[in-house]
Amino acid sequence: MSERNYTLPILAVLVLCIFGLSEYVTRPVTNPGPVEVVYWEKWTNFEGDAIAAVVDEFNRSQNKIHVKLLTVSGIENKTLLAIAGGNPPDLAGLYGPNVPQYADAKAITPLDDYCAEAGIRPENYIRAYYDIGVIHGHVYSLPTAPASTALHYNRTLLAKAGIDPDKPPQTLEELSEMSDKLVVKDPSGHINIAGFLPAEPGWWNWVWGYVFGGRLWDGKTKITANSEENVRAFEWVQSFSKKYGNRDVQTFRSGFGTFASPQNAFLSEKVAMELQGVWMYNFIDQYTPKLKWSAVPFPHPKDRPDLANWTIVDEDVIVIPRGAKHPNEAFEFIKFLESQKGMELLCLGQRKQSPLANMSDEFVKKHPNPFIKLFANLPKGNNNFVTPAIGIWPEYLAELNSAFESIILMKATPREALNRVQERIQPKLDSYLKVLKLRNEIADTPTN
Amino acid sequence: MKKNSNQEARTAMLFASPWFIGFSVFLLYPLLASIYYSFCDYSVLRPPIFLGADNYVNLWRDEVFWIALKNTLVYAVFALPLSALCALVLALLLNTKVKGMTFYRTIFFIPSLVPMVSLAVLWLWIFNGEYGVLNVFLKGIGIASPPNWLSDTLWSKPALILMSMWGVGNAMVIYLAGLQDVPQQLYEAADLDGAGGWMKIRHVTLPMISPVILFNVIMGIIGTLQIFTVPYVMFPGGAPARSTYFYTMYLFDNAFIYHKMGYACAMGWIMFLIILGLTLIALKFSERHVHYGGS
Repeated sequence: MSERNYTLPILAVLVLCIFGLSEYVTRPVTNPGPVEVVYWEKWTNFEGDAIAAVVDEFNRSQNKIHVKLLTVSGIENKTLLAIAGGNPPDLAGLYGPNVPQYADAKAITPLDDYCAEAGIRPENYIRAYYDIGVIHGHVYSLPTAPASTALHYNRTLLAKAGIDPDKPPQTLEELSEMSDKLVVKDPSGHINIAGFLPAEPGWWNWVWGYVFGGRLWDGKTKITANSEENVRAFEWVQSFSKKYGNRDVQTFRSGFGTFASPQNAFLSEKVAMELQGVWMYNFIDQYTPKLKWSAVPFPHPKDRPDLANWTIVDEDVIVIPRGAKHPNEAFEFIKFLESQKGMELLCLGQRKQSPLANMSDEFVKKHPNPFIKLFANLPKGNNNFVTPAIGIWPEYLAELNSAFESIILMKATPREALNRVQERIQPKLDSYLKVLKLRNEIADTPTN
Repeated sequence: MKKNSNQEARTAMLFASPWFIGFSVFLLYPLLASIYYSFCDYSVLRPPIFLGADNYVNLWRDEVFWIALKNTLVYAVFALPLSALCALVLALLLNTKVKGMTFYRTIFFIPSLVPMVSLAVLWLWIFNGEYGVLNVFLKGIGIASPPNWLSDTLWSKPALILMSMWGVGNAMVIYLAGLQDVPQQLYEAADLDGAGGWMKIRHVTLPMISPVILFNVIMGIIGTLQIFTVPYVMFPGGAPARSTYFYTMYLFDNAFIYHKMGYACAMGWIMFLIILGLTLIALKFSERHVHYGGS
């Protein structure tokens, strides 16, 4: 009887001991060594190696701060939950289009004061890249690896179709014409090679309106999805489904493999011309190094010469999440990363251009991408298209993608599809702004 | 004596307390909190703001909500009976006395062990419009232009329904266990009455395994209405043109992509009510058709 009475207290003491011991073992080290800054980044493979090299270089350069790099998949969601849970990393590598959403939610720390102190100024950067991190007049993120886009074309296929590979299309009209010449069909009408398909790779379905001079919102309170320019753009997109046959194009496209594989439509020489980014070189080099290709600015509408040399500007960014334990030390690393030395180490390792206004000669000389100057120079022009800095962008994008698919599949006319987007997104923006106002985020809600 | 049983009750509670605390903290509290959040604007990152019934009113007016709900119900209406039938027929076949039966049973069960994501990738290739095994086969039997399973709005849902047959192994095993429990003497009695194979299935087997059928149907309702992983991997964004955009996908997007946790909570509770309603209907229907052994 008495034995049984002791069982419970002994068990309880044992459990407490185990808890106590595990607390002791896992307690944060308080010895006065370097401050540990935890940095979550999304990159893997050679892109991950590039940031690891920057981190190593920083850790070697001083002994007060030690940056610990962790590769995290689905980083935008995990950072969100870590911030909500009150235990975020000190640094996080998000995507450019995440910034407005995070800034509106006050999930990331404004960097204005840090930047002012460190002498990080807008003019250090190619402006388009810097501006991605500026929301409501405050700097919330700084660029890491940047990207810009251009027309990539297969020189061999152009030559075979009787087109001079040194005279690629300048206007969308020429692009369309050359695309027709490039199509190869077998006797049964089955497409074997296509010239240009607007849905390939289909990552920037939102951009076509911009290419025709349209915009997706007025920067304040109005969605402009169904503007005439946007409708014209979608009509242009749909013209490819019309002339090549919706069903035939779908059958043809369904044979493409995943992007990062030799079965990629461009690498397997099934599509001759594609809108692609600076990274495309890496995949060509990895899977089909013998491919003969070139990159040139993407064509523009013939009647809009002012829109020549356009490019999509996007970037990965670095932020300090709200609630980070060592924001000052974290910014020390950002300062190093944003220096010419740190940035060129990263961008050369990732084989991208630099977001900084100045590129060293050595960087250009060492860079393996033969068209790096093109990608570096395009964003210096006036026609940089960036996803709208709007908190409801993910929803807006989903809606635009759905509209894009419906016109490609000939399920709706461009005007119908875009009217639907307009009707759906405007109320969402209204209620988003209403809630922001409720939260006293915006001092004065614009009323135009 | 009374003191002793009190003591025992206390001890029992103490031993049960880890589960009870875990349940309250990790399940009951979030569950109750989600009811409150469903009436709020809540992004997880900032404190919720009470909006009244706004989320529910907006859902009612939300076209995509209805598309997602319709897609889910259409899928369930076809996939549920089809897989129930398939599982039952397979179980009946695998309940016969044939040599090497354990081998066949294993063969038919194995597919349901494949992880969902690998399954989705595998079927992406099977359904590939140009090189897919399925279309090569269809061309082989004389169908000149087989459907583009993955990019045609008409065929994307049938493709998923077809695919759902892959996972019937689980239900099949449960049916099989039910079938083994049917007393042999009932079949013997039926034999004496001159019943044939079909008559025996109709009047002996089905009534005897009706509780198992009910169980599988209810689990099936819950499972099919919550379909997520496979379409999420195979059809990003519910492509083509939202024809495979299911309820749980829209819920997930609202919660984690659009950061509208309150809206997602409201969707979660609506789904709960739908499943509850359908389950109650199934139970009500079962009163007349399900026979429990011994009653």
